[in-house]
Amino acid sequence: MKEIDLRSRRAFLVCARIAFVELQTMPKESPKQQHTYDAIVIGSGISGGWAAKELTEKGLKVLMLERGRPHEHIKDYVTATKDPWEFEHRGKATARQKSDNPVISRDWAQYGTAAVEPLMNTWVNEKDCPYVETRPFTWWRSYQMGGRSTLWGRQSYRWSDLDFDANAKDGIATDWPIRYHDLEPWYTYVEKFAGISGSLEKLTQLPDGYFLPPMDLNCVEKEVASRIRSFYKNERRMIIGRVANLTVPLQARTQCQYRNRCWEGCPFGGYFSTQSSTLPAAMATGNLTVRPFSIVTRIMYDKDLKKATGVEVLDATTQQTIEYYAKIVFLNASTLNSAWILMNSATDVWPDGLGSSSGELGHNIMDHHYMVGASGTVEGFDDRYYFGRRANGFYIPRFVNLSGNEKKFLRGYGYQGSAAREGWSREVPEMTIGASFKEALTEPGQWTIGATGFGEILPYHDNKITLNKTVKDRWGLPVLSMDAGLKDNELEMRKDIVKELVAMFEASGVKNISTYDKAYTIGQGIHEMGSARMGKDPRTSVLNAHNQVWDALNVFVTDGSCMASSACQNPSLTYMALTARAAEYAVKALKKGTL
Amino acid sequence: MNRRDALTRVAVILGGSVIGADFFLAGCKATPGRVNGLFNREDILLFDAIAETILPATDTPGAKAAQVGSFLALMVNDCYTLEQQEIFTKGIAALSDACEKINGKPFLDCDDSQRFALLSSLDKEQKDYTAHKTDGMGSHYFRMIKELTLLGYFTSKIGCTEALRYIAVPGRYDGDIPYKKGDKAWAT
Repeated sequence: MKEIDLRSRRAFLVCARIAFVELQTMPKESPKQQHTYDAIVIGSGISGGWAAKELTEKGLKVLMLERGRPHEHIKDYVTATKDPWEFEHRGKATARQKSDNPVISRDWAQYGTAAVEPLMNTWVNEKDCPYVETRPFTWWRSYQMGGRSTLWGRQSYRWSDLDFDANAKDGIATDWPIRYHDLEPWYTYVEKFAGISGSLEKLTQLPDGYFLPPMDLNCVEKEVASRIRSFYKNERRMIIGRVANLTVPLQARTQCQYRNRCWEGCPFGGYFSTQSSTLPAAMATGNLTVRPFSIVTRIMYDKDLKKATGVEVLDATTQQTIEYYAKIVFLNASTLNSAWILMNSATDVWPDGLGSSSGELGHNIMDHHYMVGASGTVEGFDDRYYFGRRANGFYIPRFVNLSGNEKKFLRGYGYQGSAAREGWSREVPEMTIGASFKEALTEPGQWTIGATGFGEILPYHDNKITLNKTVKDRWGLPVLSMDAGLKDNELEMRKDIVKELVAMFEASGVKNISTYDKAYTIGQGIHEMGSARMGKDPRTSVLNAHNQVWDALNVFVTDGSCMASSACQNPSLTYMALTARAAEYAVKALKKGTL
Repeated sequence: MNRRDALTRVAVILGGSVIGADFFLAGCKATPGRVNGLFNREDILLFDAIAETILPATDTPGAKAAQVGSFLALMVNDCYTLEQQEIFTKGIAALSDACEKINGKPFLDCDDSQRFALLSSLDKEQKDYTAHKTDGMGSHYFRMIKELTLLGYFTSKIGCTEALRYIAVPGRYDGDIPYKKGDKAWAT
C-alpha cells in the first residue's frame, strides 16, 4: 500500500505543477478567459489522443482532460525492464489485491493477464468507482493518462462495406450514415502515423491497409495456414495479425523488440499508444494543455444557441468544481463513460441527458464474442523452435455469410491465436518429480496451437446502460447500471465458432483437440461499443455522419460510443479513423463559421 | 498475445478462482523465527527440502539454491486465499505425519531416497485426485507445492539463466530456428 500512496503523491505534484504553469502563462486574463480554449478533448485514450493531435496540429488551442493520474511515457513504466526474478511475487497478484479488485480478477483475467503483479496499480480503483451489474458485465477500466491505449491488444483491422452495409441489408437497428469510401482515406491516414504491421491479402471482407512489413508466422502456423488454404480451396486464410507494433522504426519510435510486455508500457515506443505517438505530436505544436485528475461531470449546454459552451470539471484530488469553455468539445471518455457524461448533461432540457431525444442514448450496447475456441497439439516439428517473443499471433479473417446468409445466424466472426512449444508449467505425465523431471522441464515441450473467436454481437435496443442515482462513487456521483446480454443470434454463432475451428484444425492435422466456451458475458471482449450510435436520422440516432450530437452540433463523440454495429474486427483502428475524419470536419466548419 | 496465451495455454499455476479475504493484518506478534503470519524459519527448512526433492541440483543448481522454500512461504501467505492456505498447511502436516509413519522420522532427517519415495507417491496421489476432481473442489496440497516450486524455481535468476535460456530484449523474431534434443527452453 505504501507504493500506491507514493505514486499518487507524485502524480499530485505533477498535477500541481501543470496547474501552476497554466496560471503563470496567462496572468493578465480574466478567470473565464484563462479557462477558455478553442477545443476541449475529454479523455486521453486512443481516440482522445487522436483528437488532441489532429486539433492542435490544425492550430487550435486544446485542453485535454483526463480523469486519472499522469502516466508519463517511459518514466512511469516502472516494471517494464525488470527481470522475472525482480518481482516479489514473480508476477502474481496478491489475494488482497484480487479481493480489492474483483472485476479485473474475474474470468479469463485471472489466468495471468490482467490481475498480475506489474499491472495491479494500472487498473481503476474498484472501491472508488463502482458500477451495478443488473446483468453480469465486466468493465475493464484504467483511469490514468493514455487510458487503455497502453493496455490494448493492438490488433488493427479495417472494416469493409460488408460491415457498413450490414444493418441496412439485414433490417437490423439503423443504417450506418457512412460507407467504406468515406473512411478509406482516413484509415490510410491513421495507419501511416500509428504504424500497423501486416500482410497484403486482397480480401474484400478485410481490406488491406498501409502496412509496415508483416511479422512472421512461426513454422507450425505456416504449415497449418497452408493446409487450411489448400483444404478450403483458398476460401479461408490464416494470416499474421495486423498489429500496431512497429516492425521498422517510425518517426522517433524504435521498432518492437519482441519482449511481449506491452501492457507494462514500452520503453522503446514499439507500439502505438497515446504516450508513444499522439501525445508527443500534440505537445510539439505548443497548443496542448493537459489536465489530469479532471472528472468531467457534464457538458454545459446553452439551450438558446443549441450548443455546448464548455464542460464542468470536478477535480478528483481537491473536490473543487471548475468550468472550462470552448467552441467545440470532443467526447472521448470511452464508450460507457462518454454516455455517462451525456446522460448528466443538459438535463434541464432533456431529463435523460444530451443526445437522449432519440431515445437511443445508452442503448444498443455491443461487445465482441470472446472466450470461445479450441486448442490442440501439432506433431512433426520437434526439431524446430523460435527466437523472440512475438507480441502478435495469427488471424483467420471472417469466412461465413460473405455473400449471403448461409448460416443460421447473421454476420460473422474471425479467430485469433498462436502456436508455441509448451514451457516449464506443463505436466509430464510419465514422470513424477526429481532429476529427470527437472531436466525434462528445462527443454521445450510439444507444439500446441490454439485460437479464440471474435464474433459480431448485434445492436439490441434493450441491451443498455442507465444512470443509477442510488449508488454513488467516491465523489458522490451517480454510477452506471449495466443491463445487457446475448440472444439467439449470438448463441448460434458461438456454436459455429467452435464447430468451424475444430473442422479447420482437423483438416490441418491438429491432434488432441479440446474446445471451450467459457460462459462469456458482455464486456469480457473489452470491445464495448454503441452507447450513442451514429445514424441518418435524429429520431433514431444520437450522432450524425460526422459524429456530431444531433442536439449540439459542436459536440463530437468519436470513441466506441458512436458504433451502429460491431462487425467482428477489433475496433480501435476504426475509432482512430473516425476521430481524424471528424476533427478535420470540425476545424473546417469552425473556419467557415458554421459551428 | 497476452490475452490469447491466457486461454490457449494450460494455466496451472495457482489454479482455481480466488475469492478474497482479509487476513493476518491484526494480531501478528513478532515471534522469534517467524517469517510471516503463517510460517517460521523451521517451515522454510522443510519447504527447501521438499522443493529440492522435486527439483534437485543436477548439472544446474536446484530449488534450494534458488531459495524456493522462502518463496513458498511468501506466496502462500500473500497470494493464497484462506481456503487455499488451509489446504496447504493441513497438507504439510499430513506430509509430515505420513513421513513419520513410513520412515519413523521427520522429513528433514530422511535421506534423499526416502524423501523421493514419499514425494513421488504424493505426486501420483495428486495426479489421481486432480484427474477426478470436480468444480468446486480445491486443489490437492501437493499440487500446490509442486506448482509453487516450479514457479519459484523457473522464474528465479538461477532457473531463468542456468536451467533455461533467458534473453531480456530479443530485438527480433524468428519463427523457425533449428532445435536439437538437449537445447534449453526459453525462460520467458
